[in-house]
Amino acid sequence: MSDADNARPSHTRIIVKMVSVVFGMLAFVFVGLVPMYNLICEWTGITGRTNEASLVQDYVVDENRSIKVQFLANNNADMPWQFRPMVKTITAKPGEVVEVSYFAKNATRRDMTAQAIPSLSPFEVTPYFHKTECFCFNQQPLTAGEDVEMALVFQIDPDLPAWVQTISLSYTLYDVSSEQQSAAVTFQ
Amino acid sequence: MKLQRVFIALTALLISSVARADWTLNMPRGVTDISQEVYGLHMLTLWVCVVIGVLVFGVMFYSMFKHRKSKGAVSSNFHESTKVELAWTLIPAAVIFAIGVKATYTLADMYNFEDSEVTLEVVGYQWRWRYRYIDENAEQEVSFFSSMSTPRDEINNRLEKNENYLLEVDEPVVLPTGTKVRFLLSSADVIHSWWVPALAVKKDAIPGIVNEAWTIINEEGTYRGQCTELCGKDHGFMPVVVEAVSPEEFEQWLADKEQEAIALAELNDREWTFDELMERGEEVYSSACASCHQPNGAGVPGAFPALANSPIALGPAEGHLDVVVNGVRGTAMAAYGNQLSDADMAAVITYERNAWGNDVGDMVTPVDVYNFKAGE
Amino acid sequence: MTTATHDHDHDHEHHGPAKGLTRWLYTTNHKDIGTMYLWFSFAMFLLGGTFAMVIRAELFQPGLQLVQPEFFNQMTTMHGLIMVFGAVMPAFVGLANWMIPMMVGAPDMALPRMNNLSFWILPFAFAMLTSTLFMEGGGPNFGWTFYAPLSTTYAPPSVTFFIFAVHIMGASSIMGAINIVATILNMRAPGMTLMKMPLFVWTWLITAYLLIAVMPVLAGVVTMMLMDIHFGTAFFNAAGGGSPVLFQHIFWFFGHPEVYIMILPAFGIVSAIIPAFARKRLFGYSSMVYATASIAFLSFIVWAHHMFTVGIPFLGEAFFMWATMLIAVPTGVKVFNWVTTMFRGSMTFETPMLFAICFVVLFTIGGFSGLMLAVAPADFQYHDTYFVVAHFHYVLVPGAVFSIMAGVYYWLPKWSGKMYNETLGKVHFWLSFIGVNVLFFPQHFLGLAGMPRRIPDYALQFADFNMVSSIGGFLFGASQLLFLYIVVHTIVAGKPAPAKPWEGAEGLEWTVDSPAPYHTFSTPPKID
Repeated sequence: MSDADNARPSHTRIIVKMVSVVFGMLAFVFVGLVPMYNLICEWTGITGRTNEASLVQDYVVDENRSIKVQFLANNNADMPWQFRPMVKTITAKPGEVVEVSYFAKNATRRDMTAQAIPSLSPFEVTPYFHKTECFCFNQQPLTAGEDVEMALVFQIDPDLPAWVQTISLSYTLYDVSSEQQSAAVTFQ
Repeated sequence: MKLQRVFIALTALLISSVARADWTLNMPRGVTDISQEVYGLHMLTLWVCVVIGVLVFGVMFYSMFKHRKSKGAVSSNFHESTKVELAWTLIPAAVIFAIGVKATYTLADMYNFEDSEVTLEVVGYQWRWRYRYIDENAEQEVSFFSSMSTPRDEINNRLEKNENYLLEVDEPVVLPTGTKVRFLLSSADVIHSWWVPALAVKKDAIPGIVNEAWTIINEEGTYRGQCTELCGKDHGFMPVVVEAVSPEEFEQWLADKEQEAIALAELNDREWTFDELMERGEEVYSSACASCHQPNGAGVPGAFPALANSPIALGPAEGHLDVVVNGVRGTAMAAYGNQLSDADMAAVITYERNAWGNDVGDMVTPVDVYNFKAGE
Repeated sequence: MTTATHDHDHDHEHHGPAKGLTRWLYTTNHKDIGTMYLWFSFAMFLLGGTFAMVIRAELFQPGLQLVQPEFFNQMTTMHGLIMVFGAVMPAFVGLANWMIPMMVGAPDMALPRMNNLSFWILPFAFAMLTSTLFMEGGGPNFGWTFYAPLSTTYAPPSVTFFIFAVHIMGASSIMGAINIVATILNMRAPGMTLMKMPLFVWTWLITAYLLIAVMPVLAGVVTMMLMDIHFGTAFFNAAGGGSPVLFQHIFWFFGHPEVYIMILPAFGIVSAIIPAFARKRLFGYSSMVYATASIAFLSFIVWAHHMFTVGIPFLGEAFFMWATMLIAVPTGVKVFNWVTTMFRGSMTFETPMLFAICFVVLFTIGGFSGLMLAVAPADFQYHDTYFVVAHFHYVLVPGAVFSIMAGVYYWLPKWSGKMYNETLGKVHFWLSFIGVNVLFFPQHFLGLAGMPRRIPDYALQFADFNMVSSIGGFLFGASQLLFLYIVVHTIVAGKPAPAKPWEGAEGLEWTVDSPAPYHTFSTPPKID
């Protein structure tokens, strides 16, 4: 180290360097790690999120393969709506356009908004599962007592790995009503 | 005198605990091929560590006894040797490589989800599990909650603890032997983790994400496990009980459960008396509500409101229904409308309105609950 | 105090410390600040230890006897937070403050005023953290790893104070680390090249870099929590499109280097003590430096081994397993070097040496269980059980904490100018040694038999080993009061110590008087 023979070594340089590392790392967490995580999830399909709408593709339907698709519905513990798939299981051929729907009813006394969060399993399927229309792309408002049938249209990519025979598509429904809407009920 | 009594008490305590002693030292071998493999890996790594430990500590203790100043040892001068350093870098690396290869094969097995025959959905709730059999041929979906059934009196040392203390549930999950079962794990609130040591299956149940695991159980039996991710207050009271039966028995059980589910749906339609509702309500209360609001309805000050003498339990039924069916946003009170049947909901509300000195005297029927949920 | 004291060019008069409370409040002297860090960390050690006693007392028998589950969860959380951030880390910073300037021949730390600040914000952080226990809804109850959403959507209101406390601790650590880097790089005496530095200085240099790299990550993750809780963002909230798994990735990206922050300085202390009492030069000095650096590097690419059960894809799982197992290699090199240093030495076994040898043995046992935990398929069985608790307590208590105690016994004569009572020191060692093993060894068995961690009550088959473990815990806890007595007794009534009380000790710190004068090396020492 050349500093050793310097009579007045500069601490400022070190401080500036170190402080920039500190702020660099802080920035890295927000603008590096978070987008990186999302990107990796998108590429590999980990967490099974299928949030992006895609266009209907011109696939050749693979008549020799049939994939079992199971539809699941769950409510987050504080979400009171009734929520279920209209059909629980279907068989789909890779390439064909499939349309199914989910039922939701807001049986409470207040207007509410919901957000459905999808998760595919096995997650390796995610890059091959193209939704052209899904209720999970947008929030779903329902007035008190209202119900709705929500559409889901998807295509399975014919390149789906051969080992996949069953796909489970699960939605968890969350209450995302703004505070004013939910203020109707208060404790005590 | 007093000291003597303390001593006797302590001895009795020790003896009583030794009487039910279970000084298990090692991991169970389990009842699946995977759990056997995992056990093998565990033992392999353990023995590698033991051998390395004996060698290293052997040299160390040898020097500690031989090369001590009091025995006139004079210190040598050597302090560097690239050859030796290289050797003790490469040899451990080779040993680790061997373990790693074996482990990678087991890992690959664990990640092979092909050809599963039964799909079981497992959803964690604070603080119980919900199981749902995904079966497209079922007339009626089989889905139920599994809560710990150990009485609070045993936990609070007012009753003697039974042998399955904290590891018993009101409704175990039943699985067939010799069949590949796929688990789909998720959560309705915080992160939980579903673990059965005998199956070597442990997977986190994470809100908004579905995780996968699988097992093939080789032997019939009852296998017990617990939630292994801190999930709040009653994390320690969230057991898993798996009953493995033959595939034929499983089919029969599933068919019975379907019938039971149909019958349960009919319960909603039949007439209930006040006493029947109170009786069922007490059961529902103790499995779904008592962990927060306490068995005596007193709640936990600052955390969970009391139900005894509470304005909601004593107020109009409509308001009471609203809180229990729809939950209270921003609090720990979940929306139970999706967790309890109409009959159970009616029973537990009736119970809460007429227990622990609450004396509203009215009863809420399954029809009332149905109408409330229908928005009428 | 005059500011001229810290202007290294001026050859000023030596003078003693100011009198009274203001000496400690305004001091910029590295020795004063080091002393305050050490006393503070000891106070936190006793506080965190008290929480541990509550945990062990509740777990003495099956059933709930003393505390309710909600309070039990607060105890496990606070025990972890206080021990990690309040006891172990400040103790190492205290040792660094005292020893690094003396070891490199510098008159003081490079940035003395910042040094004062980085210490004095700590008591506020921990006062704030501890005060949450008395708040409505209780203190943090989500474990020291504070996984979302238990720590966000489902947290008690006091979580905001927890977040601010973590911010302050982080700021303190970062300032301390910058100071240490600046001191080591800029303040070495002429001739003190990097490869001549004592290993304690080396390990602290690497630790300081780790701190600077990962404390901002911790600050970032708690800031995200704060934003999720109060400002409607959804980093970790699935409902808004976030992911609770993201929290764990960020937390452990900080958390794994963090555990090495708590062990690397320990390596340095032990590498000073073993050669001193073996009267033989440390074997493989340069390989020790490289091993430390490789451990620090590897710590950045192994974080997901804390998350094997979270649902990571096969390739990810395999990568993190292999990378983790690789850490055993440089760690092994260190252990082999220490053992070879003892081999054919001329050993005596004073208290510091006993603690250091105990460190080598028990830390290695913790390392063995670490290797076992690295094997991903087996980790499915170990994860979140008492086996993990046993593992990290073996590396942190007879690891980090014993090394600190070894360091205190080793350098106390230099700090206080008095010798501790050797007999009492040995009694303290043996009580601690027996206590720590009775306390933590049975926890391996509990974990293997299937007892999850962080539970206030357990099934009956775990009763016996829990009782044994609790008895060990009480013994270990009580023997630390003896440690307090020994240190106080030494300061008040110890026999005067010579400048170099240890025959085989090497290093610049032994060339100055005992107690070390208030100002040392105002003129740089000569190093050949």
